[in-house]
Amino acid sequence: MAEAKPVDGTTPQYLRDKYAIIGVGETPFMRGSGKTTRALGTWAIRNAIADAGVEPGEIDGMLSYSIGDSTATPFIAGDLGIRLNFYMDCFGGGSSTEALLGLAIGAMEAGMCQMVCIYRAMNGYSGRRIGATGRTPSTISGDGLHMAPYGFFSAGQRFAFSFMRHMYDYGTTPEQVAMVKVIHSEHASNNPKALYPRRVTVDDVLSSRMIVKPLHLLDCCLETDNGTAIIVTNAQRAYDYRHTPARVLGVVGRCNWPRMDMHYQHGPISSWAARYASKILWPNAGLGPEEIDVTGAYDAFTFTTLLGLEDFGFCEKGAGGEYVSSGVMRLGGARPNNTSGGHLCEGYTHGMNLVIENVRQLRGEIDDSCPIGANGNPEHSYDYRAGGCRQVKDVAVTANIGWAGPITCSAAVLRKG
Amino acid sequence: MTVTGTYLGMNLAIPENDEQNLAYFQYCATHDFRLQRCGNCHLLRYPPTTGCPWCMGMESEWHPVEGKGAVHSYGEVHHAIQPAWKAHTPYLFLLVDLDTQKGAPTEHDALRVLANLVTADGEPAPPELVRQVGIGTRVRMVFVDAGEGIAIPQWTMDQDAEQPPPWRYPQE
Repeated sequence: MAEAKPVDGTTPQYLRDKYAIIGVGETPFMRGSGKTTRALGTWAIRNAIADAGVEPGEIDGMLSYSIGDSTATPFIAGDLGIRLNFYMDCFGGGSSTEALLGLAIGAMEAGMCQMVCIYRAMNGYSGRRIGATGRTPSTISGDGLHMAPYGFFSAGQRFAFSFMRHMYDYGTTPEQVAMVKVIHSEHASNNPKALYPRRVTVDDVLSSRMIVKPLHLLDCCLETDNGTAIIVTNAQRAYDYRHTPARVLGVVGRCNWPRMDMHYQHGPISSWAARYASKILWPNAGLGPEEIDVTGAYDAFTFTTLLGLEDFGFCEKGAGGEYVSSGVMRLGGARPNNTSGGHLCEGYTHGMNLVIENVRQLRGEIDDSCPIGANGNPEHSYDYRAGGCRQVKDVAVTANIGWAGPITCSAAVLRKG
Repeated sequence: MTVTGTYLGMNLAIPENDEQNLAYFQYCATHDFRLQRCGNCHLLRYPPTTGCPWCMGMESEWHPVEGKGAVHSYGEVHHAIQPAWKAHTPYLFLLVDLDTQKGAPTEHDALRVLANLVTADGEPAPPELVRQVGIGTRVRMVFVDAGEGIAIPQWTMDQDAEQPPPWRYPQE
């Protein structure tokens, strides 16, 4: 059991440091799970419960998110025999995890419950496909009339204006952007869970077939079937369980760009909602990008990682191409990003797996290929060659940046408890 | 009464209570491009909305707008998702800054209208035309009839305009 540390009460208005993630769990990342989202959700939550070392009855709050492609909490809690004092199922894909972390804290602070499990369960490959294949509406109405008739429908299509304009405004090159995939594939090669653990080159990315300019096939994330879950409770209780808690320093949730109805009415479109969210996150967390050891910048596409890091101030606005291709975010670099391989290589979960990875980084207990020592934890070699280690040395603070298109951003800063 | 139409085989429908889209597309059906102008702050807006995004005004009138502008950004689809577009790849969708009200109410705002690149007679652009268009290209609006009370606005190259060299994605 980890040693209890005092709560930082200097900024109670932000609830800084008062809550913590105590358990994480996931199913394997699959293409063709052969299971319902109900089964995937219960499986992931069972793993998170085992990881935390809590009794199932201690969980009395539950939150989920989906885009109409999951199973709601009443069914999943029921299957696990959990009676809830609070639950809510929210609509949302990317950027939901960090926002729900904030809502979980709010629910507990309001006295509605004491321990919250947040999950995402999806058949993003075998069910409702994330790339939108097979989802063409039978009839187009409403705002859709100004988009879908034009073959403007999938996520990659809808984001293309922002990505293309970034290249135009700042001279960002295809080779720079491809480095996001290259680096995440290096990380995935050290992740036994990763769906695509093969290392790729810039040339592999640029010679893969074009989907929608500027996105090649390898600029796009993996359609994946999986369940993921995290467990959150207050910092006083957090030390009663198996692992060193990941304390929540600050969150921002579902922060928006002006004019959400076709956001590109307002520019500059080479920026996105993170421009606003960063002004909430850093003051809430009480620190800035320079103090972050590991990032988890959403990689639905290579470009989204670049935009995420740039608009949160990890580099100057416009210098994202240089940042992502410099080696900073590689294992062994100054500030690794998505050490699991992320959505591009580990699997796509609408953000939850990127948070899970950072919790494990903070614990120093990344599940790589390093041998397990006498204390039951991996003995990390810090040798980042393929098939080796992916634990970053001395991780104290991490940041997750969630994307739900240029219009919406969430983020969270976690620290080692 | 619900207005229905089809475009490239896609079914379009505007229910009776969607007053804003009914009006917008009915003007399009007469090949007349009009946008809502707020009765309070007098700013134009796009897409059609129930209130004014600048001042919350609820009254508006449909004001004629010149269908001309320049490409602000674009995407070029090689792998179509919708069956209707599979026969037309590669196709372009263009985000066009209208000349009207560009840079108002703030320097970052413009009436940005999304549509495809089509030929002057409204057919999806062939590959040789797709290659000529990028950021900066001057375009003008054409309408493609899609049914009783509905036509789809599209963009075609403005042959009367002086064309700057287009900015295109570097990898062709």
